[in-house]
Amino acid sequence: MTLLLVEQFLNGLQIGLLLFLLAAGLTLVFGIMDLVNLAHGSLYMMGAFFAAVLTEWTGSFLAGALLALPATALLGIVTEVIALRNLYTRDHLDHVLATFGLILFFNELARVLFGVGGMAIPLPDSLLTHFEILPGLPYPTYRFLIILVGLLCAGFLYVLVQRTRLGMLIRAGATNREMVGALGVDIKLLFTLVFGLGSALAALAGLMAAPITTVQIGMGDNILILALVVIVIGGIGSIRGAFIASLLIGLVDTMGRAFLPNMLGTVLSPADAGTVSEALSSMLIYILMSGVLILRPAGLFPAPGR
Amino acid sequence: MPQLPLRLKSPITSLVGSALLILLGLVPVAATVLDDPFMLTLFTRVVIMAIAAVSLNLILGYGGMVSFGHAAYIGIGGYAIGILAHHGINEAWIQWPVALIGSALSALLIGLLSLRTKGIFFIMLTLALAQLVYYLGNGAYAYGGDDGLTIQQRSSFGGLIDLNDKESLFYLCWVLLVLTLWLTYRIVNSRFGMVLQGAKSNDRRMATLGFPVFRYRLTAFVIAGTLCGLAGILTATYTDFISPAMMHWTRSGDLIVMVVLGGMGSLFGPLFGAFTFLMLEEILSSWTEYWKIVFGPILLLVVLFARGGIDGAMVRGAAGYALTGLVTLFAMYIVHYLWYDDWMPAAIVLAVAALAIVAIWLRQRRTGGQHG
Repeated sequence: MTLLLVEQFLNGLQIGLLLFLLAAGLTLVFGIMDLVNLAHGSLYMMGAFFAAVLTEWTGSFLAGALLALPATALLGIVTEVIALRNLYTRDHLDHVLATFGLILFFNELARVLFGVGGMAIPLPDSLLTHFEILPGLPYPTYRFLIILVGLLCAGFLYVLVQRTRLGMLIRAGATNREMVGALGVDIKLLFTLVFGLGSALAALAGLMAAPITTVQIGMGDNILILALVVIVIGGIGSIRGAFIASLLIGLVDTMGRAFLPNMLGTVLSPADAGTVSEALSSMLIYILMSGVLILRPAGLFPAPGR
Repeated sequence: MPQLPLRLKSPITSLVGSALLILLGLVPVAATVLDDPFMLTLFTRVVIMAIAAVSLNLILGYGGMVSFGHAAYIGIGGYAIGILAHHGINEAWIQWPVALIGSALSALLIGLLSLRTKGIFFIMLTLALAQLVYYLGNGAYAYGGDDGLTIQQRSSFGGLIDLNDKESLFYLCWVLLVLTLWLTYRIVNSRFGMVLQGAKSNDRRMATLGFPVFRYRLTAFVIAGTLCGLAGILTATYTDFISPAMMHWTRSGDLIVMVVLGGMGSLFGPLFGAFTFLMLEEILSSWTEYWKIVFGPILLLVVLFARGGIDGAMVRGAAGYALTGLVTLFAMYIVHYLWYDDWMPAAIVLAVAALAIVAIWLRQRRTGGQHG
């Protein structure tokens, strides 16, 4: 039982960290540019597709992944410059609409470019192994790698945001955009850079998740909503809030999926219990979010000045 | 060009809107003459989605409440019908009130929780609560869960209206659309509607004037939810099917698109929006399987350059453009109807429309920017 608990805890951590990679970019863009970017899930999807194609092309998952990151960052930057730059001064409804249009566009684009069937990213043999994380508890190496990369990224973002000049500008931008611009910072360039960074993070999340699931059209649509839930719970613009909230969501979701079927199994047939518990653990997330928002309308760690 | 407030009542919008309504009312006649039952199916959908869009417009356009979970009520209305039919209760006199009350109660609950927040948090909370409903549908394994449920028998009005008859169903939907529009018109022009619109532009001032803004908003929210539940009943009836997909968050997105495309805070705006959205879908998807690759950018362009949507264009004095657009849409549909997958005639229509728009533009320039 304890071993199962540890294993599910690690799974929850892994999902939470993937979610964090996606939510970090979203919360940065939202916090600094005040832009609701629904198309962030599309960048997640495009990143995964790029990685799949490039892995096929180079024959190496690592090379494919490393090439997919700048490719998606570039795609994000192009999108920002062409379409989103003019929207910053508009209200949130316009953002929702325009980026909803982008979702439709990217989903169809992926269908045209990569086909309807979706793709799989095969892992190299070295990552297909298990190793004993605790005595008697083997854990897949790749899932462990996801946790490692996620934690590294969180550390990198912490240093970037708290300890560098760029991070200082990012934090200042989240508090008061106009003032940063008035102090002579090229705010347009800053926005574009942050958007590129967010896109690369989304791509990283997408390509890390891809070998476990599959790369398919619309894979970003549902996880986007989860990422939005994360940044709203964490407080918009706050990386720390996003980190804590994504771990929370990841754990709630995984634990729900892992333990609800057994609990419900005493009352329902196994198949029914599976269906119900899956829906129930998804609902738990939204109940959690509603609860947080009703008690703390600006999220757990609201960025100062918002 | 003088800047007119977007909300100004414009005779041209009402004229075009009424004309569109009447044309829609004539669809069954056209379908009989042309002997094409599919036409009726398409326009039944247009009319039902128009009801949903009009209901969203009441809170989004007039009340300034950006609900990103409006499709939940379509689901609730539909599921009420489906579940009752599944248990062998087919009387509309039971089904419909249960569905409407169900929608109203859930709207009350969702409104109570979400209306405490503002701005983006309101958007997110309505989205989250709608997701709850969505997963509820997903988990309802007794009613098909993820796969949905086929409705074996449509609701019976005891011989008064036969819903199995396509024309009767269409006219029922059409009459309900007209009633919804009329109700919205009455609400918006009543004292209640004035308070709602006042709270949209400045809720603090309305509160200071002594209006309990929260209660007004909640009431509007419940009315909108109930009307959308009506659209859900009709959707379930005409597709004979319910599934969680009808309340997926992208459906809520579609509804917002319809309202904004047509024009927020305009009586006929959502009708234009639903009409344009579904016609574009129909026409574009007949040319290419990948129709959204065209539709997505169109949406982006509308947001970037055509603020106020179709209605806004008419009010701002660009009625010529808006009308040309709508007429083009009609012409495209006819072309699409006659030469199903031949793109040449459609290209000719598009070229004519482009020429017409250039002509309007030239004429406007010569008359020194007078309204065209």
